[in-house]
Amino acid sequence: MIRLAALLAVAAFAGGVAGAGAAPSPADLEAELVCPTCKTTLDQSDAPVARRMKQILRERLAAGATAEEIKAELVAQFGPGVLAEPPKSGFDLLAWLVPLGLLGAGAFGVGALAWGWSRRGEPDAPAARIDPTLERRIDDELDRFDG
Amino acid sequence: MTGSVQRVGQAIALAGVAALLGLLVWKVAFDREGGAAAELDSGRSVAAPGFTLERLDQDGQLSIAELQGKAVVVNFWASWCVPCRDEAPVLQQTYERYRDQGLVVLGIDVNDFRADARRFIERFGLTYPVVYDGKGSTVGKWGVRAFPETFFVDRSGNLVGERIAGAVDIERNRDTYERGVALALGDSP
Repeated sequence: MIRLAALLAVAAFAGGVAGAGAAPSPADLEAELVCPTCKTTLDQSDAPVARRMKQILRERLAAGATAEEIKAELVAQFGPGVLAEPPKSGFDLLAWLVPLGLLGAGAFGVGALAWGWSRRGEPDAPAARIDPTLERRIDDELDRFDG
Repeated sequence: MTGSVQRVGQAIALAGVAALLGLLVWKVAFDREGGAAAELDSGRSVAAPGFTLERLDQDGQLSIAELQGKAVVVNFWASWCVPCRDEAPVLQQTYERYRDQGLVVLGIDVNDFRADARRFIERFGLTYPVVYDGKGSTVGKWGVRAFPETFFVDRSGNLVGERIAGAVDIERNRDTYERGVALALGDSP
């Protein structure tokens, strides 16, 4: 389960990097950009500034601009908060690495607890020897019971 | 081993609870939800929140601290905001009428495209200073809820009068607007 989650996170990370610079559709970009007044993605917003951003986005795509160029231009106007996902570089990389780190730490913690609990069931020391007199007496009693 | 793992787990849980409590205390003690507008609305004296922003009407930056000693009408606007178009001529008239008495109208263009804002300034013939706040960094500190919104700052740098949410409209809020200008100038309204 943890391996699967880690694989999905790495795949999403790698997919984002690989997708950078590819020719996007306006709808793709609208889902990756946030309206600065209503804080929802452009595809979910009908605020005046969102409508203006969508118009600019289409104009820039028609002029041949790449997704990364358009995003950089919008960040220059509205700041990094305009990106639905934080950039995968510099300080913002922490936003990706910290959750992965926490996931790893959680997996380690769960594993350590499970190991500790499994150890509880094992005997810590060999059973103490029975007093020879008592042992002999028990054997005698058993013999009498059998006999 | 089990005991030490449990102790580490307990320490982590306690640290998490302590961190959350710390955040709660900070939020209650220091976070001023509603910004300066909320304090002004409740009748408390409040200094105009500071900022230094890029100018749109000329090169360079402008800090509100540079306007200390002047009466300032601070207007938050954006080119995509329809009521902002209606009030622009009123603000320009105010600036022209009271400039010689030491009043400055200061436009803060928020969440906007620079090119759109410059076209707006040109279209309405605005000659008062306008600064650019694309990220909206002033909105929270001032407590701006929608655009346009207008505040009045006296010569000491304190907010005075009532803020005007919505367009400065000489018909609809003439008294509030004129009282705000008079208080900023230091005149008895």
